[in-house]
Amino acid sequence: MQYEDFKDNESLEKLVEELNAAGTNVVVGVFDDIINWGRSNSVWPLAFATSCCGIEFMSVAAARHDMGRFGFEVTRNSPRQADFLMVAGTIVHRMAPILKRVYDQLAEPKYVIATGACAVSGGPFRNSFHTVPGIDQILPVDVFVPGCPPRPEAMLYGMMQLQRKIKVENFFGGVNRKQKREEFFKDKE
Amino acid sequence: MATIQEKISALIPEASFAEVQGLQVSVPDAQWHKLAKALYEDANSPFDYLTTIVGMDWGETLGCIYYLESTRTGNRLSVRVETADRQNPQLHSVADLWESANFYEREVYDFFGIVFINHPDMRRLFLRRDWVGHPLRKDYDASPEVNPIRLHHEEAYDTTVSYVEQPDGKIVKTEPVIFEPDDYVINIGPQHPSTHGVLRLRCSLDGEFIKKIDPYCGYIHRGIEKMSESLTYPQTLHFTDRLDYLSAMQNRHALCMCIEDAMQVEIPERAKYIRTINDELMRISSHLLFWGTFCNDLGSTTALIYGFREREMVLDILEETTGARMSFHYNKIGGVMHDIHPDYQRKIKEFCKIMPERLKEYHRFFTGNVIAQGRMHGISVISKERCIAHSMTGPSGRASGWACDVRKRIPYALYDKVEFDEVLRTEGDIYARYMVRMDEILQSIRIIEQLIDNIPEGPVSEKMKPIIKLPEGQWFRQVEASRGAFGVYIESRGDKYPYRLKFNSPGMMLVASLDEVCRGGKIADLIAGGGSLDYVIPDIDR
Repeated sequence: MQYEDFKDNESLEKLVEELNAAGTNVVVGVFDDIINWGRSNSVWPLAFATSCCGIEFMSVAAARHDMGRFGFEVTRNSPRQADFLMVAGTIVHRMAPILKRVYDQLAEPKYVIATGACAVSGGPFRNSFHTVPGIDQILPVDVFVPGCPPRPEAMLYGMMQLQRKIKVENFFGGVNRKQKREEFFKDKE
Repeated sequence: MATIQEKISALIPEASFAEVQGLQVSVPDAQWHKLAKALYEDANSPFDYLTTIVGMDWGETLGCIYYLESTRTGNRLSVRVETADRQNPQLHSVADLWESANFYEREVYDFFGIVFINHPDMRRLFLRRDWVGHPLRKDYDASPEVNPIRLHHEEAYDTTVSYVEQPDGKIVKTEPVIFEPDDYVINIGPQHPSTHGVLRLRCSLDGEFIKKIDPYCGYIHRGIEKMSESLTYPQTLHFTDRLDYLSAMQNRHALCMCIEDAMQVEIPERAKYIRTINDELMRISSHLLFWGTFCNDLGSTTALIYGFREREMVLDILEETTGARMSFHYNKIGGVMHDIHPDYQRKIKEFCKIMPERLKEYHRFFTGNVIAQGRMHGISVISKERCIAHSMTGPSGRASGWACDVRKRIPYALYDKVEFDEVLRTEGDIYARYMVRMDEILQSIRIIEQLIDNIPEGPVSEKMKPIIKLPEGQWFRQVEASRGAFGVYIESRGDKYPYRLKFNSPGMMLVASLDEVCRGGKIADLIAGGGSLDYVIPDIDR
């Protein structure tokens, strides 16, 4: 910084004013960045695998596609230890309450990825009497990955989209996902 | 067959006979149990293998078709039993003769509402207890208002319902107990990593030992059979790839063959070769996945990585030709979709060279391991007779010594032209089931090696009409899928839609037998025992 600029308080004050108006707090914003950097690079999935997509998800976890490279590391079988719910496969009426319960058991902050045509919209079984036409009927979904089943590359892309979403989150003000979720369940009950 | 017909008409004069893919007997319900007992206990050819029960709604009447087979002579027979009472349909149960009828009849009750008299456990199999209506009936109300998505949990019931016939002919409703109030019952699944899909088991324990297992299905019941009734024949094909996704090729092969049978189409020789090779590749990939997940269940997590390494090679070969890794959609009515990839033969030959070496590696890694041996030998044993009673086909049946391979019993495609051994073992324990699958990989390679260089030139599919209509009639075909005999039943009324399409999955009988296989064993061996049966749940639930 040049000496003249250093003395120029006016533009610094303007900068702070702008930041305050936009709702960003400089110090806390850096906290957000650190937390997001850490969280987005260590998102562990809970594999809610019901059918074909579950097998493709196993391929994603195996050596060739290796999701560990991007920070997804291992699938957890307990919702208490996972960060997001990987819904891979058809969800039918009998399974719906169980999916809801597993979602409720996930610790905050939590996310949902709907993998495959069935989880997205009911897919080839949409017209069935026993299929839930898309899990967004019962859960708030963060990322949709279409395909029947999606290729492992597509699943990795979808999961990395979730990472991007996590990277722009604000914990100390600004838009908070929690409010959105409350809104989602408000008209469900 | 004539002697069987004479025997039946001597026993039951009212019985009528028809030629539908072999002999079909129609008997009134009152005589059915008597006939079933006579067939089951026949001196020359006891019909001890109940292939399947097809529930039917014929419009005016409801009923079942029973497909029976004698394991001693290979004779086959189907029996048609119906009831005209649509309000309160009742048939007599045969669950006391064939163990497998237990689940089949529960399935028919669930879909058609037919109550089976003297059945020990008349609960729904797939749908929730509070579900309204029986979906496969033609008069079923499918509107979502009747059955909305219910987000409250099902209650767990420890009793069931049974309708018992008294000596004087009166039918009395009883409530048999599944679990006593002081039983220690634990719940496994449906969201559990080791149940291979969404199977739910409730089992009662005595210390560490299993007293009883009560399986619950239907957590992935998608209503495929109901949906098929409003789709054209080529449209129904795509469901087969999603039933048992690890035998996608074989399942689709079965449905295509059944439709081709009905239309009396002979597919080109080249298509037969391609279908057979693809079936065997699919079997290899399925058994590789079994190896990986089974070892994973027993605590050897690295094995999964090795199993998938070779499986990816198979998937690459299939992907080049079909364009997909899992839902191949390759077989079609009259042949296959398109010709094979130029690299297909070369890559398969390379794979066939590598695979036996890799199998040796697997055995060195896992099979010989002391812990693995200790967890597999002599555990979860089932005898040949009980296998037949449970209709446990596939590698699980062959591990107990039952020669149930459809490729040998009813050869289709090119299986009567190639040389291969039916892998049989007699121990019937986890180790036998594991080794049968490992050895079947070698037999599959043997079949492929005989065919791969001899694929004849020519078209890959028969030219079909744009709208496919089947003549009136009924057809049943079986293939050997990766985990057992997979059957397809079609009933047509001359339309372009099937009147009834039923898939008979091998996995259902494997789950039904889980109680007997694992009872008395330790709870820790339940996962190993279930894993060695290698069921796939979407195949069962359909």
